[in-house]
Amino acid sequence: MSGYFEDIYTGTKSLGIGLGITIKAFFQPVVTLQYPYETIKMSARFRGHIELVGSEETGEPLCIVCGMCQKACPSGCITVAGEKPEGSKKKVLTHYILDFTKCSLCGQCVESCKPGAITFSKDYNLAGPRKEDYVFDLLKRLTERNS
Amino acid sequence: MNELPEVVRLLIFLVGIIGFAALNAAYLVWVERKGAAHIQRRIGPKEVGPFGLIQPLADGVKLMTKQLLVPAGVDPILFKVAPILLLVPAIMSFLVIPFSEDLVGRDINIGLLMIFAFASVNVFGVLIGGWGSNNKYAVISAARAVSQNVAYEIPMLLIVISIVMVSNTMNLNEIIRQQAGWFFNWNVCRIWVNPLMPIAFVVFFICSLAETNRAPFDLAEAESELIAGAYTEYSGMGFGVFFMGEYANIVIGCALTTILFLGGWQSPIPWSPAGLLGTLWGVSWFLVKMYFLIWTVVWIRWTYPRIQFYYLLNLSWKILIPFALINLILTAAMIKVF
Repeated sequence: MSGYFEDIYTGTKSLGIGLGITIKAFFQPVVTLQYPYETIKMSARFRGHIELVGSEETGEPLCIVCGMCQKACPSGCITVAGEKPEGSKKKVLTHYILDFTKCSLCGQCVESCKPGAITFSKDYNLAGPRKEDYVFDLLKRLTERNS
Repeated sequence: MNELPEVVRLLIFLVGIIGFAALNAAYLVWVERKGAAHIQRRIGPKEVGPFGLIQPLADGVKLMTKQLLVPAGVDPILFKVAPILLLVPAIMSFLVIPFSEDLVGRDINIGLLMIFAFASVNVFGVLIGGWGSNNKYAVISAARAVSQNVAYEIPMLLIVISIVMVSNTMNLNEIIRQQAGWFFNWNVCRIWVNPLMPIAFVVFFICSLAETNRAPFDLAEAESELIAGAYTEYSGMGFGVFFMGEYANIVIGCALTTILFLGGWQSPIPWSPAGLLGTLWGVSWFLVKMYFLIWTVVWIRWTYPRIQFYYLLNLSWKILIPFALINLILTAAMIKVF
């Protein structure tokens, strides 16, 4: 008999506490993100695929076509090309292709970039039926963003 | 409604009862899913119709279009009869439930007895379903369901006997009529009749939960351990009918709790409009109390995890039955002494 009523008392009490917790949750606002209809802004440290950074004033890419990112990339998914226009000392970027199908998002390209011309995008809604959709022409994306 | 011809009255109640049972079964699923979602801070069904209100209809269409598989080796008759055995008694029980003083299918003197007579049949449905399935897990689960139902029938009936002793009748309408007046005249608050009345109410409610095989007593289904327990082999609408039966049983259980303890169609204040408005007034109070209890059932389901079987039986035999017995003896003593 010892502990019988105590068991009933503690049991009933803890059952009541449980019900209290769920009723509180019931009246609290919903926390689900209705994903296809709404998306959230990714945090500052989020690593998406890389994106070219344009200069603040002109919008031209900061890239100096040094090729460090291309060299640093372990999976070889970056192709950079540039040319020297007449009477200029600096190379100008003409071609920046990222093959995102091979990218492992290691971020070594961003680390190796001295002028800080590439950064991680906050893009995460990436899904598609074709592989070719994920070979990004980053220069084209930059000009599209500028316009 | 008593001035209508008998046949018309019969038809109206037949259609009304089946409609009520089916609509409740469909929309309680929706209530359940919404309740579960909000307790877990999700939204729940929302795609089909506003607030997902057409979801039960879509579910119904899906269930109906699915093939009714009858696995090889089952007992074909028992297998097909089992879902009906679960649903029909539940719908039959609605016959004597008084929704209002004059809105009752049959105002018979042994209404309470009739409900319990039919309630005992639905255990049979689960047992036959499990046995007929030719599946050892279904048989195990059916056996568990039966021992659970037997265990919880006893305290439930002991409580009901004490209620019958207090009100001196088995007529549900008469039991409600005796709870007229302020809300403290409801059986649950009548501690001058029997000081254990609130405890009796809790015991009765727990038992009706266990009788309907609801969580935390849903060992008959036990979908995480035994796939779907006794209903494993059922597909399509066979399974759907089992579910309808379960929800109809919840409605019956909650209606009965409302009638026996919460004053049925009595409003908490001693006032009621006359005529048709009075009927509506009674019906709405009845439905408010009943749906509150049903919502509590959902609330309980999403609060407590399923318990192990020996805990379940311990709860019944060691706690509920002694309390129900003490309640019965005390009631008898109080009636004899005062």
